[in-house]
Parts: sequence; C-alpha cells; structure tokens
Amino acid sequence: MANRNNAGIGRLIYDQKFRSIFFQVLVAVALIAFVAWIADNTLSNIDAQEKKKGFGFLEDTAGFQILNTLGTAITDYTPGVSTYWDVFVTGVANTLVVAFLGVIAATAIGFVMGIFRLSNNAILKGFSTVYVEVLRNVPLLLQLFFWYFFVLRAMPDARSRIQLWGEEVGINITGLYAPAPQPQEGFGWVWLALAVAVVGGILFSNYAKKLQAETGKQLPVLWTQVGLIIGLPLITYWVMGSPLEWEYPTFNETGPIFKRGFGDTGLVLIPEMIAVWLALSLYTASFIAEIVRAGIMAVPKGQSEASSALGLKPNVALRMVIIPQAMRVIVPPLTSQYLNLTKNSSLSVAIAYPDVVSVFAGTALNQVGQEIEMVFMMMMVYLTVSLSTSIFMNWFNGRIKLVER
Amino acid sequence: MKLNKTLVAAAVTATFALGANAQAGTLDDVKAKGHVQCGVSQGLPGFSNQDDDGNWTGLDVDLCRAVAAAALGDASAVKFSPLSAKERFTALSSGEIDILSRNTTWTMTRDTQLGLNFAGVNYYDGQGMMVPSSLGVTSAKELDGANICTNTGTTTELNITDYFRANDMSFQLVAFEKADEVVAAYNTGRCDVYTTDRSGLAAQRLKLENPDGHTVLPEIISKEPLGPVVRQGDDQWFNIVKWVHNAMVNAEEMGVTSANAEEMAGSDNPNIKRLLGTEGNFGESLGLSADWAMQAIKQVGNYGESYERNVGPNTPLKLARGANALWTDGGLMYAPPIR
Repeated sequence: MANRNNAGIGRLIYDQKFRSIFFQVLVAVALIAFVAWIADNTLSNIDAQEKKKGFGFLEDTAGFQILNTLGTAITDYTPGVSTYWDVFVTGVANTLVVAFLGVIAATAIGFVMGIFRLSNNAILKGFSTVYVEVLRNVPLLLQLFFWYFFVLRAMPDARSRIQLWGEEVGINITGLYAPAPQPQEGFGWVWLALAVAVVGGILFSNYAKKLQAETGKQLPVLWTQVGLIIGLPLITYWVMGSPLEWEYPTFNETGPIFKRGFGDTGLVLIPEMIAVWLALSLYTASFIAEIVRAGIMAVPKGQSEASSALGLKPNVALRMVIIPQAMRVIVPPLTSQYLNLTKNSSLSVAIAYPDVVSVFAGTALNQVGQEIEMVFMMMMVYLTVSLSTSIFMNWFNGRIKLVER
Repeated sequence: MKLNKTLVAAAVTATFALGANAQAGTLDDVKAKGHVQCGVSQGLPGFSNQDDDGNWTGLDVDLCRAVAAAALGDASAVKFSPLSAKERFTALSSGEIDILSRNTTWTMTRDTQLGLNFAGVNYYDGQGMMVPSSLGVTSAKELDGANICTNTGTTTELNITDYFRANDMSFQLVAFEKADEVVAAYNTGRCDVYTTDRSGLAAQRLKLENPDGHTVLPEIISKEPLGPVVRQGDDQWFNIVKWVHNAMVNAEEMGVTSANAEEMAGSDNPNIKRLLGTEGNFGESLGLSADWAMQAIKQVGNYGESYERNVGPNTPLKLARGANALWTDGGLMYAPPIR
C-alpha cells in the first residue's frame, strides 16, 4: 500500500509537465512577494519620513517662472496662478514640439545624406561620409553644448540685431523674433476649410486611383491636392475679411543701454530651442542616413533593370519600384531612431530648454519633493510618446510591407 | 547622461534604498564603514571645492570633517559625493550620503515635507543679482524685462519670481542644470543678470572672463540660511551634526582654536572644560567619546578659523563676516551653551 503512494509522488517528481508548472508557479509567487515587499517597504518608509503621498500636489500653484516657449503659450503660464499640472503640460508640450520638429528635420537631412552617400559625385559622397562619421561618433550631450554655445557666440548681443527681413524679422542672442499671428474672430472657418481641403484631397486621390485602374486614364493628383490645400483656406480667408492680425516685434535703439534691444512683443524662438533642435536633428540624421543607404542598397539591381526593360522612365522606376522596396528595409530601424530622438530630447535640461524633465522632474520636483509620483509621471510621458510613435510606424510599416498573396 | 543619473537616483529611492534606511543608526553605519559620506556641491569655491590635488576644501567641507573627527576621531575619514542641486535631497533620503553639507537653504517646505532635518545654519546668505557693469544698472528695480540666468532645482527660481512679481516687473528666466553652464551662458551675454546666493555670486564671478567688469546689485532679495541637512527619524545623528556645529561656534566665542585646544583643556573656565570634555561627559549622550568636540576643534578648527580660511577677506572670495560674525560682534552666529 505504502509503496503505491510513494510511487505516486515519485512519478509526479519525474513528470516533466508537473515539474515545469511547479517551478513557474514558484517563481511567480516569489516575484509577486518580492514586489509586494518593496512596495510595502517604500510606503511605510515614506510614512516614517512623514513625506506627503499621492497626486494632490498637481493642484497646488507653482511659484516659479518658466522661459517663454510654446508650452507656456499653451497653458498661459503665470507664476503664482498656474498649477503644477500646468507646469507638467508646459513641459510635455515643449518636449513634444522639439521632438516633432526634430523628427521632421532629421528625416529630411537623413534622406538627403543617405542618397548623397550613394552618389557618384565625389564631393557629395565625401561630404556625407564625413558628416555621418563625425556626427554619429560624438556624444550627443557634447554636440548639444557645442551647438548651444556656437549659436550664442555667433549671435550679436542683446542690444543689437541682425535684420533678416526688414523690421519684421530679426535675430540676436536672446532669440529669433518674428511677427506673431493673432487670429481674430472668424479664423476658425479657415481651419475648417483646411480640414475640408485635406479630406477632399484624399477622396480625389482615391477616385483618381480607381479611374486609372479602370480606364488607365491619369489625373493630375498632386497638383489638384496642392491647389485644394492652399486655395480653399486662402479663399475662405478673403471671404471672411482677413481675420488675422500680426503682432510685430519691437526693437529699441535709443534710451538707457539696458532698455535697448527687442521688446517682449512678437513671436520669439529662443536659442535654447534652436540648439536642441539642431543637435537632435543633426545627430539623429547621421543614423538615418546610414539606414537609408542600407535600404536603397538592399534593392537588387535587377529591379531597376527590369523596370527599364518594361519601359518605365527612370524617375517613375525610382518612385514606383525602387523606393517602395527600399522603404520596407528603412521603416523598422527608422522607428527606433524616432524613439531615440524623442528620448534624447530629455538631455535638453543641460542647456536650459524647459522640457518636461527640466521643469517637472527638475524645478517642480525640487519644490514638491515627491520623487516617486513625479518620476512615475515622467516615465509615463516617455512611454506614451514612444508607444504612440511605435504604433504609428508599425501601421505605416504594415501598409508598405510586401503584400504576400 | 546626467539625466540618467538623476532618474536612477530617484528610481533607486523609489524602490530599494528606502527599504534599507528607515531604521535609525546612521552613527552605527558610519562607525561600521569607518567614514562619513558627505554630500557636497559639484564645485563652489569657498564652500565645497576640489583643489588642484583633488582635496576637498571649504566651509561646508570643514563641517563634514569636524563631524568625522567627532564621531570617528579622524577628520580625514570623509568621502565626498558631489551632487547637483537637483540630486541632493534624493541622495540624502536614499541613504547614499550621511550628511548633506552643500550650501542648502533651510526652508519650511524642505524641513517639513521632504523628510529632512536641518541641523543648524553655518552661513547666513541672501540671494543677490550680478549684472555687467557696462549696462549701467545700479538697482534691481531697473531690471524690468530682463533675461535672467540661474540654475534649476533651487529656491533661487522662486525668490527671483517673487521679487519681480512683487515689483510688477516682467522677466525671462533661463534655468540651467549646472552652475558651470550658467556662468558660460552669462559670459556670452545670453542673460543680462545672473542671480544666485551672494556667496555663490562671489565664487562664480571668479570664473568669468572679466571678473571686475561685473557689479553685484545692492538688493538682497531673500533670506538664505545655509546649513547641513540630515534624514528625519534619526535623532542621535541629527544631534551629533547639530552639536558639532554648535561646538565650533562656541569654541570661537571662548577663544578655543585648533592651535590652543590641547592647552585650553586645562583651563579653569568650566565652560571650556565642558566643551573640551575635561569636565563631565557630554559626548556620551551623543553616543560619542568625551573628547568629541576636542577632536573636531583640534583637527578642523573653530568656526571663525574655518570662515577665514575658506571665504574670509583674505581669500579670493573676499566675503566680510557681516551677518556671519558672532553675536558678541553684532552678527547672527549664536550657539546654545554646552551644559
């Protein structure tokens, strides 16, 4: 009798399925217990130190000034009136705008440099080779400092300026000044017209595709779209009686020395932002250039030969045969570069650009002191941005990938 | 890269380290590892700065050395952690350092909400502003519309905002993470004004291309009592740091210096005897030996010696005693008696 029982346990020990489940459960329980222990420890220690907990601080008012940027314009940031939530939104907006501009510029420069590297022209090829090798091998933080102090040193001081476009656009060490658009009543219609034009453009291109598939007739899709997108809002603008006014920058050339220079009207692009934008896009572009080169070289030569054998013109062959195939190789690593650029923008704290790390995880964290909550919010921001970028790029990749039938 | 460090420090606080340091016993930890881990600045001449040989010197550094001398009998048993303004409190509350002696302003928020205790004031400072002399500005009241440079994670951002709001003036605040970049940006002319504590202005000015071409404006716009900070919840260690500072101030008042401490121990003055441990055993109640203050004063010096050596009129900083003179000389330095 006892023997049979022993045999049962023995069999269980040697049963592979039982063993693997047993160990997995063991590991899972240990992991959960470990995490619970850490969480409990952290909470009881915060209590022991009599620190505040929770997200209530987001409703408190923040008493410090933030450099004028797009973010402060969005939240209408005013020290002593705005809350820490506004500080957060301001920082996120500044991070997003520099990441967005950076992605666009990096893509443009990267594609140009990548194509240059494949060029037969020795100068273009040499230039892009030097560009790629220098920029991708120097740490980004150093490049950030380089561009920032380069930009600052290159500019005239705060009492003088370089006039780029008469009285309207000027630049000096405190920033680039341009007229600020002030939408008046009725400008909303212009936005509506733009939206209608975009939708119309898409519908037209679908129609044109269908028409070509059925009859072989080609319609001027691109020009129609351009005409729609520019023309429709412009007509609406005139019809509504030009509901847009401009606030011009002012420049004082006389009076006490301290009062000379640009006043605080008009649109300002601060040098910190220009430097961050330059550094991020130039650095990331050097990686994108290599990705583009790899993508184009991955398309077999036979493809272009076959295209010309079919009678396609070279530019049509490039557009319809080579690039679509190259994009399949380019897009997945390109996504990583976009994510890198977004995350790297957090380095801008070093040169005073008020991004979310600088104003929220920096200044605000120091005033509030709730590291766990605030760093958690910070991680959520980057996670959300990165995941959104990923989802979009995966969708885009899905659209252009090889259709297998 | 620096960002990562900060985030990691914060994340570490959030998870592991908090678990380890909740219990008291910093003194036991210090004795076990044989040194005091002292959080200092990344380089502020006169307060905490590395000389050409890599030795740390300064008023804040001296306090850490005095604590080490009192607790371990050896003023050199100190290891230093250079911290940015932003990292400092996280480093302290995570247990990475035992004492934060980094020109840190004592405020109510920090004292009550960050889980920290301020153990005294070793420098009475105030926030000031520096402008290039060529601007012809003589008062902070004339600074409407100014571009102002400072560094993040400090009370300076709040003070300057409060001052400009109170005077109904507009300004732009360019806030860098590190003081070195603030100096560099101010040097290029990005800002008209550099604002920080006046002691900091005196120190950073030495790094400018033309130190004499800049004026510190007369306005002092804040009270900045700077002092050492410890974690809340460890009263023994809190008392040690507090009373080492008090002992240094009392020693100056009684005329005890590093040179004469040994012979003063035999003095007839009971106050001096109590301070130096020849009468009573005041070290015991701190968990230290009877000669705790003796060691601190002999190896580091009294407060006045430390001041003159690091920031006084004969140093490049040229800061007069001012508010930091002893109360007997009309200043604010006043230590409770040892009895």
